[in-house]
Parts: sequence; C-alpha cells; structure tokens
Amino acid sequence: MSDQGITPPSWPVRTITHVLLIAASVVMLYPLLWMLSASVRPEAEIFDSGSLWPSAIVWDSFVAGWSGLRVSFGQFFLNSLVIAVISVIGNLMACSLAAFTFTRLDFPGRNFWFAMMLGTLMLPYHVTLIPQYVMFLNTGWVDTILPLVGPKFLAADAFFVFLMVQFFRGIPREIDEAAMMDGCSPWRIYWKIMLPLSLPVLATAAIFTFIWTWEDFFGPLIYLTSIGNYTVQLGLRSFIDASSQSSWGALFAMSVLSLLPLFLIFIIFQRMLVEGIATTGMKR
Amino acid sequence: MSHAARSPLAGYMFLLPWLIGFLGLTLGPTLYSLYLSFTSYNLLSPPVWVGLENYVRLFTADAKFWASMRVTFVFVILSVPLKLSFALAIAILLDRGIRGLPVYRAIFYLPSLLGGSVAIAILWRQIFGRNGVLNLVLAQFGIEGASWISDPRYSLLTLVALAVWQFGSPMIIFLAGLRQIPTDMYEAASMDGASRRRIFFLITLPLLTPVIFFNFVIQTIDAFKAFTPAFIVSNGTGGPANSTLFYTLYLYQEAFGNFRMGYAAALAWVLLVIIALFTAFAFLTSRFWVHYDE
Repeated sequence: MSDQGITPPSWPVRTITHVLLIAASVVMLYPLLWMLSASVRPEAEIFDSGSLWPSAIVWDSFVAGWSGLRVSFGQFFLNSLVIAVISVIGNLMACSLAAFTFTRLDFPGRNFWFAMMLGTLMLPYHVTLIPQYVMFLNTGWVDTILPLVGPKFLAADAFFVFLMVQFFRGIPREIDEAAMMDGCSPWRIYWKIMLPLSLPVLATAAIFTFIWTWEDFFGPLIYLTSIGNYTVQLGLRSFIDASSQSSWGALFAMSVLSLLPLFLIFIIFQRMLVEGIATTGMKR
Repeated sequence: MSHAARSPLAGYMFLLPWLIGFLGLTLGPTLYSLYLSFTSYNLLSPPVWVGLENYVRLFTADAKFWASMRVTFVFVILSVPLKLSFALAIAILLDRGIRGLPVYRAIFYLPSLLGGSVAIAILWRQIFGRNGVLNLVLAQFGIEGASWISDPRYSLLTLVALAVWQFGSPMIIFLAGLRQIPTDMYEAASMDGASRRRIFFLITLPLLTPVIFFNFVIQTIDAFKAFTPAFIVSNGTGGPANSTLFYTLYLYQEAFGNFRMGYAAALAWVLLVIIALFTAFAFLTSRFWVHYDE
C-alpha cells in the first residue's frame, strides 16, 4: 500500500480523512437506502418523510408491484435471467475463442484482423444500430431474444475479446507449445489448456456480461415489443407509464427487486469486480 | 510451433465466429448506415437516394438537432470533469493508508454498479421531483426547493448529478494508479524535505497523468452516449423544453418514433465523427500533458 511518503499521516489528518469519507459515504448511500425504506413503508408515508426509518414495515408495495401490470414481474425476471445467462455463455465461448485465435494461432492476415477488432472497440453502437435493426426485422427476429443474445455468439463484444487477449498473453507460451509438440490439436489446446488456465478472466467477463445485460435498457427497448417478452428494465419503464402518483411504493418495490441480483453479485464478487476494473479500466 | 497452429485453414476456422460477426454485424452495418445516411428511408419502402440532404438539413434547418448538441455538450463538459475530480479526490483520501479502505471503496463503487439501471433513473425522478426527497430535506432548513426535474433550468443538472454520483469506477482506476507510483520516489522527495503539497504536484500528479488521460477519454466517450437516465426521467421526450434531449435520445426518436431511418443514420455518423475527432484531439494533445515513462 503506497502511503504518501514514508511517514504515516498524523492523527488529526487521519481523523479529518475519516470524517470526509464518512460524510461522502452518507451522501452516496442515502438515495439507495431511502429507496429501500420507501419500498417497505406504508404508501402514505413516502412523500412525507426524508427519514430512512419507516414507521412500520409493510410488504404491500411488493405485493401490489409484483402483479401491477398485465404480466407479472416474475415473467420479466425470468426473461431477463434467460437473456443474461445465454449472453454470458455466448460471450465466454465466442470471445475466448477469438482471443485464443488472435494470441495463439498463426495465419496470414492475423494482425490485420486484430487491428480491425481493436478498431471496433471505440465504435459507438449507434452506427450499426439501424442496419442491424433492418436485418433483424427482415429475419423476423424482432420481438424475440435473438437480436439480443445472437451477436454474443459471434464475439460482437470486442471489449471482452480484448480483455481475454490481454490475459492470454500473460500465459507462458511454453505450456501450449509443449502440448503442440506432443501433437495436441489447437482445439484441444484451447479447450484443455487455455480455458482451464483462464478461469479468472472468464469469471470477470461472465460477471460483467451478466451485469451489463441485466441493466441493458436500449437493446430490449428496441427489439422487444410485446409485454410478455419484456425484461425487468422494460417492465419498470412500463410501470412508470401505467402507474399514477399513488403507486410510487409499488414502483420502488419493483425497482429494489430489480437491483437485488446486482447487489448480490456485488456482495459475492466484490473483490473480482474491483480487480477487474482496476486492471482493465472498465468504465462502469 | 506445430504444423496445425500455423495452417491458414485452422486459423480461419477458429476465427470464423468472430469474422462473421465482424463482417455481418459491424463492418457491413457500418457501411450500410453510411449509405442510408444519404437516403430517405422509412422501413416500408426501399431507401431513396437524396444525396447530402439529410446532413444539410441537420446543420442548417433542424433546431432540435442543435438543441440535442447543446444538451449533450453541456452534459459532457459538466459531468466528466466533476466526476473525475470526485474520483481523484476520494482516491487520494483512500490512498493515505487509512483503515477501512475496502469498506469505503465498496460504498463508493456501489452507485457505479447500479447506476445504469432503470430503477436508479426512477429513483432520481422521485428525489428531484416537486415532492421529492431533496425538497423534503431542504424544507427542514426552511428552503422551498424547485421542481427540479420539470424545470428546464435544472433538469439537465439533475442528470449531471446522477452521472457524478457514479464516480466509483474511475475512482478504482485512480486508486490502482496511485498504488503503482513507486514508494522510493516519495521517500526520496520527503528526504529532500519536500512538503506534502509539493510531493503531490511534483510527483503524484505527473505520474498519474496516464491514468487521468485514460479515464478522461473513456468517460467522455461514455458521456456522449448517455441515454437511459434522460429517457426515463423525461418519459422519452427529452423535455421539459428539450432540456434533457440527449443526442442519443434524439437519434432514438428519429429512428424509432418517426421512422426516419436515413436521417437517424446521418445522426449516428455525425456522432461517430464527433467521437473520432474528440479521441484524435485527446491523443494529439496528450503529449503536451501526459507523462509517459520511457
């Protein structure tokens, strides 16, 4: 741990630092805690109090919210879960295969394609949005999950390819070269050697894919049109339209539920998330 | 290396999924959207070539386009420096070798993780509404707050606040950067009797410039692409009075509200050019202020 200088900070400096950090923590957490308390307090109380402590804990908002729309939130959760899990599988398979190809196989044009891949990292998705939409409209995929999960199986998330390339480069080549000498096929090297050695990066990619897919709003907004196919994020959005001022409680209850999976991931994999961001410079 | 690893056929077999994706989902659509940007296209009938008409209209006759440019640039110019300042300031406090670092780090990172959700945008709508939490708190001090979300003077600022609240991930990157500064540099400096302030400006800050540069570029590009909060807070309208009409929201409205696909493609290409120009500018100017080890 690098401290500023060799001398540890004196106690007044330490105290001031803690005071500042605690004050900042309160500001950061207050909105989240308030929403949590709003979801369990009696509806009438929500607009009366900025306090975090409910006068009583009631679950009415959750009951009202769960079946507040024509389709229950259970369906939305299921849809989100299916999309997120399939996306994770797609990203892990396709991105690791592409990264393996770029780092371990030798073929004419490899550097050219690798440069192309890097080039797509900065490309805003808006540029491909309309042609992709037209394409998926023509294949009849609109209002299915295919436009959302299909591209993952073609390593369309260049970011994760790049992430895995970085990791694979750190695995000593001697290991797979020795295997090749023994007559191992590239496929076996990928499957039996590289992937087992890459569990940390695969886990990082899986967690971030899950989080980003779960939070994604734009993709489902464009591609999912019937309410039975909605994700949690779309369900919440419809809920705002459908509910009047009087059902903020239900809206907050469902909002809290929608954050719950992310919060659990945060608790369980916090270390991995922090390391993932620190070493790869992820934006969120 | 064995024969198989060098055979072109094996290479392309392995590359195939990515290659199909690259050609079919990225390169092809990118070029096709460039073509569409010179057409009028409503999805129902085939695209009609109109030359530069879309671009001419954008720049000369579209008040909403300029409104969205203004909103987006104000958002970028306010949110990115504020977010990075908070990220850096907190990272420096955390790097003082204090107790409880993991707890603080987790607390400050949590908003970054959750912030992209619709739920958070909904929460923001409530906090800054007329009867929202902020006004409840202000009322305790006898201040009557505005209706922040529905007042065009403040609505964009609430979204800036939302972006700044999510300073956690650049903070983690700063923290990692601070850890990499060799301790012996600090030791040498403090041996020479340099004050903390001098050490910060002469050692910490210069050595941190590559990380600042990285965060600056990534966060700026991300801010140009912001969409969900503006959509949720304004119900997809970009209101009140276009005050939250983010560029991407306008693009969405043109494409999927008005089905002007050609026009929206032109908007997308303008965004691409803006981001490319910004990135090029950032890299070109970086050699004047970013300190790289040789």
